[in-house]
Amino acid sequence: MIIRRWIKLTDTSVSLNGKKIETESCGHALLTHLYRERNDYPKFFKMDALSKLGFIATELLLHDESQRFQPRGDRAVIFIGKSGSLADDTNYQKTIADKDNYFPSPSVFVYTLPNIVTGEVAIRNKYYGETCFHVIDELRADKIADIISDAFQDADTTSVVGGWLECSDEEHFEAYLFIVEASADGQAPEWNKDTIREIINNN
Amino acid sequence: MIVKISDNIYSPLGVTTKQNYLAVKAGKSMSRLYSDRWQMAEPFFASLFEEGDVDNAFSLLGDATDYTDFEKICILSASRAIADAGIDASASDVQFFISTTKGNVSLLDYRPEKISADRVLLGVAAKKISEYFGNANVPMVVSNACISGVCAQIMAMRSLMSRRCKYAVVIGADSQCRFIVSGFQSFKALSQKRCKPYDATREGLNLGEAAGTIIYTIKEKEDIHQEDWIAVKGAIRNDANHISGPSRTGEGSYRALMTALGNEQAENLAFINAHGTATLYNDEMESIAISRAGLSSVPVNSLKGYYGHTMGAAGIIEPILSMHSIDDGTVLGTLGFESSDVSHPLILSSHNTSTDKHAFMKLLSGFGGCNAAMLYKKGDAL
Repeated sequence: MIIRRWIKLTDTSVSLNGKKIETESCGHALLTHLYRERNDYPKFFKMDALSKLGFIATELLLHDESQRFQPRGDRAVIFIGKSGSLADDTNYQKTIADKDNYFPSPSVFVYTLPNIVTGEVAIRNKYYGETCFHVIDELRADKIADIISDAFQDADTTSVVGGWLECSDEEHFEAYLFIVEASADGQAPEWNKDTIREIINNN
Repeated sequence: MIVKISDNIYSPLGVTTKQNYLAVKAGKSMSRLYSDRWQMAEPFFASLFEEGDVDNAFSLLGDATDYTDFEKICILSASRAIADAGIDASASDVQFFISTTKGNVSLLDYRPEKISADRVLLGVAAKKISEYFGNANVPMVVSNACISGVCAQIMAMRSLMSRRCKYAVVIGADSQCRFIVSGFQSFKALSQKRCKPYDATREGLNLGEAAGTIIYTIKEKEDIHQEDWIAVKGAIRNDANHISGPSRTGEGSYRALMTALGNEQAENLAFINAHGTATLYNDEMESIAISRAGLSSVPVNSLKGYYGHTMGAAGIIEPILSMHSIDDGTVLGTLGFESSDVSHPLILSSHNTSTDKHAFMKLLSGFGGCNAAMLYKKGDAL
């Protein structure tokens, strides 16, 4: 398995395949800035912070892929995080906390599921393959490597868009996402815990 | 092959799989209308533990104030399954997998003093559970909406196939609270009466709480016993259509069914244990997917009338009951069902019927456009 491309998007910086993308904003404003610069997909504004993060990170990762938006069933979307949907959970809780100011909304509630972001990416890119959100206690390169490597046991899956997707609140987040392919390619970095760790720490 | 070595269901209907199975077979349900719990704005119909029951049961295992309700029902269920399996759960070749939709989200509403704030994080809650059993491996949590239970089993199967563990303890659970009930109410997805899966007069779903555990191991084909249950193949597929509405073509469910089915013939399936939440859209979508997959000749049932929608537990407890029903030569009836109006006819029955077939399909779908299917077979049907 190899890494075709990777993206690192945190609340303070962005880089694609190790090349820094210059930007002046940070936190939530960074996501909005990146959206305005590159996208026209108004559904973005309805999304919670986790979905915005996953959407922008995958847009950057996939933007110049050939045959993009052709429906496909061989690509999985697999995210691993620590906080899951906690940012939106906290927002939703505010809408029901006060009996005299009780306004639960389905459009907030739906994002209290961490896997909604995998659905957003699948809808955007017309991916009919596996989508899954995993939660572990902290960022662990070995678990990210295992979960995504194991996904190729599904014979239909030839490629995975996935990795670490973490958003503890609207201003604090990190995405370390990869396109992982089953193919062999001597030029591309190998998909394993050491490469993942190196990319997260250095590039 | 991936073989089940033990299981447990801990629910309002009973604390063992046998108690649960006999209750369901007898048509029982603990679902009722709640108008006083959690000061909800309107009453809701659900299958909940009686207040105090979980703590009383847990007092034999530890200090009930050290754990949340969600953690306690996971531990209560897993304890029995682990004891039945006769494994040492603290061993390094045992891996815990936890399926939950909302875990400890109720801590955002009210947090007892002894429970640390970080327990709302699913990975932290999962560690509390695996550490109860003395297991030092990092527990893996799947939070993939209503299909989490089958997803967690698929993750367990993959880890066993990769030989990362010898035993996989797969726990599925959700504990109900204001957060979840208010959200489903805001969606207008709840029925004020017992839910009626696939019925022409269905009005929505009931919520439920339960925990279920399946322990899997890996065996060579020649070591499989006739009585063993095998998790043959599972698949997760997306509709790529809408985050909260099912696909009109049942795309993801159809694709998941086709992959899980593989070369298996429809005539070998005793039934499809479907999601059958009793919402208008879900049940209609499933009828389309089942028809497209060429499985219209296979009986279909839904167990939501007995338990409500138990979310993270559904994908665990429903296959357990299905396996035990086949051991008993029975296709469980769909409580609440009377007459169907789904566009693609399904073989449904409100009462139990008999079967001599030894395989079944589990089907689930959830928000985020996700769908999952899993084929289970008994050893003598391989």
